[in-house]
Amino acid sequence: MDMATLGELERSVMDLLWDSAEALTAGDIRDGLARGDAAGTGKDLAVTTVLTVLSRLEAKNFVTRDRDTRPHLFHASTSRAAHMAELMHEVLGAAPDREAVLARFVGQVSPSEVAALRRMLDGK
Amino acid sequence: MTITWVALAALAIALAWPVPILLARAAWPARAPGTALVVWQAIALTGGLSMIGALLSYGLTPFGGNMVEGLRSLPGSLLAGSLPSGSEFSQMFALSGAILLGIHLLLTLATTFVRAERSRRRHRQLVTLLSSPMPERPDTRLIDHEAPVAYCLPGTTRSVTVLSAGLIAILDDEQLRAVVAHERAHATQRHHLVLLAFRAWRGSLPWFPIATRAHDAVAILVEMLADDQARRVVSDDTLVSSIAIVASESPDATAAALTPDGSSALAADSPSASRRIARLVDGVPPLALPARIFAVACAIALVAVPTALLTGPAFR
Repeated sequence: MDMATLGELERSVMDLLWDSAEALTAGDIRDGLARGDAAGTGKDLAVTTVLTVLSRLEAKNFVTRDRDTRPHLFHASTSRAAHMAELMHEVLGAAPDREAVLARFVGQVSPSEVAALRRMLDGK
Repeated sequence: MTITWVALAALAIALAWPVPILLARAAWPARAPGTALVVWQAIALTGGLSMIGALLSYGLTPFGGNMVEGLRSLPGSLLAGSLPSGSEFSQMFALSGAILLGIHLLLTLATTFVRAERSRRRHRQLVTLLSSPMPERPDTRLIDHEAPVAYCLPGTTRSVTVLSAGLIAILDDEQLRAVVAHERAHATQRHHLVLLAFRAWRGSLPWFPIATRAHDAVAILVEMLADDQARRVVSDDTLVSSIAIVASESPDATAAALTPDGSSALAADSPSASRRIARLVDGVPPLALPARIFAVACAIALVAVPTALLTGPAFR
């Protein structure tokens, strides 16, 4: 499986966990992927494949595993909104590390610059 | 040997102060950003080489007639535990300084790259989970967020361009093409590597204002280079309007307008969006080819001088 497909599979699994009110088993997730297979990523997946993806996500701290039950239960460690906030903070925040990570189309803009640009756009 | 270290010290001082200030003030870099980028890299590389080289060749004077001889006899002296006769305290001080400075610069470079790579990997994971691929645009992903942003996330094997739903809402198709072409240019021309090197230089010499100035100049030059790539795909007017729209709708512009003290110094000091637009609106012609060749030749000569001084055993 190439990295792009693996990434898409991880995303589908996270979407299910984020949208679910309760913790899910790997079997639940396999069934969920087969049902909502709009992206065509979850076709006839084996539960072991789902478990592999879950282990990867667990290693990256996106997923928490409850080992007290059989089969194991999985839930998202943090909400989608919290992760989105983390991402956008890195994109928009004034953290000095930002420019080392990514290149924004337009970076920091001063208020006077914005005023000048708005005047220019209005004048067009 | 005296000529060597005096020449290198003079070169180091010239490159640490007057030369970068003149280049940062010059108007021609906006007309040939790629050439100017080469010149900045030559200045940074030669500045570091001549700084360390001057200390090294002064410090090695008692060890031999030239750098090569000096470096060869240094390990022997170190093992024997005795200094050659005629060694001065100031020379040992310079020698230690050269070694420490060299290690410091290399370590900062390494940590800057490692840290950036680690942050990028984390960010890439978040992007993978929170964005969807755009089937009609390869290596481009869409995040469902109202803030209008576009950015390039550089990677060792593959770079990703990320667009937000908020951006797509305020730009038309042509303007989006401009944005994507601009971001792809950052990725294909590997601008992040140049920027990181200058970032490391700034980080290793925080008390050295020129390093900050060089970093800021280079940061604007890579934006201009990416703009020039976008101009091959869309008209100048389209590019101008997309820069102006994204800048004026920028969420941190609104945030900055709210800060009572008039926002951060960074925002006030680097009006890069305006400078990019001014360059496109005024239609400055590209620098003539002979002038560009001359500038690149100067850059090559600049790097060659300290290299020749350090390795050429003819100097005594």
